Amino acid sequence: MTDAAEPSIARGRTAALLRRLGLRGRTLVIAVPFLWLLVFFLIPFLVVAKISLSEAAIARPPYLPIWEWDGLRLLLTLNFENFTYLWSDALYVNAYFFSIRVAFVSALIALLVGYPMAYYIARSPEPRRTLLLTLVILPFWTSFLLRVYAWQGFLRSNGVINNFLIWAGIIDQPLVMLQTNGAVYVGIVYTYLPFMILPLYATLVKLEESLLEASADLGARPLATFFHVTLPLSMPGIIAGFMLVFIPAIGEFVIPELLGGPDTLMIGRVLWNEFFSNRDWPVASAVAIAMLVALVVPIMLLRSAQARAESD
Amino acid sequence: MSQPSSVASAKPWVSGEAAPFVRIVKVVKKFGDFTAVNDVSLDIYKGELFCLLGGSGCGKSTLLRMLAGFEEPTEGRIEIDGQDMAGIPPYERPTNMMFQSYALFPHMSVEKNVAYGLRRDGMGKAEAMERVGQMLAMVQLGKFAARKPHQLSGGQRQRVALARALVKRPKLLLLDEPLGALDKKLREETQFELIKIQETLGVTFIVVTHDQEEAMTLATRIGVMHAGEIVQVGEPSEIYEHPNSRFVADFIGSVNMFEGRVSEDEPEYIRIDSPEAGGEIHVGHGVTCTLNQKLWYAVRPEKLRLTRDRPQARNAFPVYVEDVAYMGNSSVFRLKLDTGKYMHAAKPNLTRYDEDAITWHENVWVSWDDTAGVVLTL
Repeated sequence: MTDAAEPSIARGRTAALLRRLGLRGRTLVIAVPFLWLLVFFLIPFLVVAKISLSEAAIARPPYLPIWEWDGLRLLLTLNFENFTYLWSDALYVNAYFFSIRVAFVSALIALLVGYPMAYYIARSPEPRRTLLLTLVILPFWTSFLLRVYAWQGFLRSNGVINNFLIWAGIIDQPLVMLQTNGAVYVGIVYTYLPFMILPLYATLVKLEESLLEASADLGARPLATFFHVTLPLSMPGIIAGFMLVFIPAIGEFVIPELLGGPDTLMIGRVLWNEFFSNRDWPVASAVAIAMLVALVVPIMLLRSAQARAESD
Repeated sequence: MSQPSSVASAKPWVSGEAAPFVRIVKVVKKFGDFTAVNDVSLDIYKGELFCLLGGSGCGKSTLLRMLAGFEEPTEGRIEIDGQDMAGIPPYERPTNMMFQSYALFPHMSVEKNVAYGLRRDGMGKAEAMERVGQMLAMVQLGKFAARKPHQLSGGQRQRVALARALVKRPKLLLLDEPLGALDKKLREETQFELIKIQETLGVTFIVVTHDQEEAMTLATRIGVMHAGEIVQVGEPSEIYEHPNSRFVADFIGSVNMFEGRVSEDEPEYIRIDSPEAGGEIHVGHGVTCTLNQKLWYAVRPEKLRLTRDRPQARNAFPVYVEDVAYMGNSSVFRLKLDTGKYMHAAKPNLTRYDEDAITWHENVWVSWDDTAGVVLTL
């Protein structure tokens, strides 16, 4: 008894000390991820924000500092030209809208493809469910780059698909599939499909069978049951899955670079070009900041609308 | 409780005049190797409140689900109102079901939940809402129409589920443990409400329950199920006073059971020699049996008398009071016979103070009338 009691007294003392410092167990647990986000997200973000307000220069690093101290005065030079420049050149605006369009359509296709899959998995008996989920996650075990390269092999003019279609006699000229927007859609939907399926599965598996039975019992045909019960109740999963595909797809660089054509101007590629080809860090940073603002604001609005709907 | 005044017409299963409303004919349901329902035949009449009573896994819920159309019988036939139900999906059956978990749609208000069935049948919004309003008034939930199910108490949810199942005016209402999720007090109140609603609307109810008290209170007739089979069908008093097997006698209420052999077999009485009881038991009526046949005698605890002096009754045995359980309205005595067998006797507590009450560690006599018990051969 005494052996066990002593450490607990010591622990009690530590806890009391921490409490006096205003720290409790819960605060400490939350503090760790918060610190992580602070150091590795917020601070880099502020650095990028700072660069976006500076002037480009042929120097190392390739921009001018935004403040100077001449011994008496602090001179702050904020250059908003990078942002106004984004508006003036149609390239950027077009790239934004095109990125949003590609991401939106891809998320929609992923939803249409992923929903039946998630539904089927959720309604499968237990051992098969685990197997099917493993299969959904399996592609992550190979490199993302490798998988996108593999799609080149499929879509090329002498690739697997064209060869098969010619062999089957369906076409006699190879179809142009690689380096088109279509290939980008295929790549994005393929890559992000698991991110759609998993949250959908998580909500659908919680859907009680008795609710579907109650609906049928009250006279609803299967399709009516789907639209009145299943679909509304899986809305949280739909929104989560849509966001998980839509948001990263907007900034996607690798897929449009490897599968897209020269006219596939997505914001990720523009960003890459500004940074590495033009070495214009301030404009590249402005592109990044503008994209973030353009995305975060609607998402936050959506979130608060969701929260309000839930609290009803 | 639920028997209306004109007894003759209210008991179609006795008169045999009316055609049964629900006919279950030799129904078998198998899940793989497991036989959930085994060769069940049952006739249920219009306006009945029929209870399927049995322990968990006895097949009562499976039978109910076959009536609703969620399961198809492996063999046999189900007819509702003269129509064969084979291959008819749940959404085309003239039945509605009240689920054990209530299965209320969590994303819809009370009003929308109740209106769901009407709307799916293509009823206009105004008309549907009027019907919903009437229904909610009947279950006293008018004020809660706009609430979501999670904002209601268990009892209120139960009423919503009932209203939703009744609003389409089904010919047959199936209730799966309708009161199972309510606490005891609320359950007792709701039982009578359920009977009142059933009598007002004249809908045929089939109730599945594992609670024998609930079945006794609600039912016009009870079907006792065990291991996928119906073991006895009858009115509550019939099931209680005339069980046809040891299983039913034991399942419904508590019972003292003695094994024995027929030692005297006369047209007017029989005597059973029971080594368990430590003597002969006198049965005051004729029984179809043969001499020396092995059978069982069952007598309910409330039919027993306890006295300090040796009583006049033919069935009297000396016992030792080992325990007394005070239940409020009655006391249950745990008695030990000379043979070592235990019995239970229940005595109503008719007065508040009884100085002379039989109590712990007394040697007394237990006795009962010649007609107090039943002879069971199964």
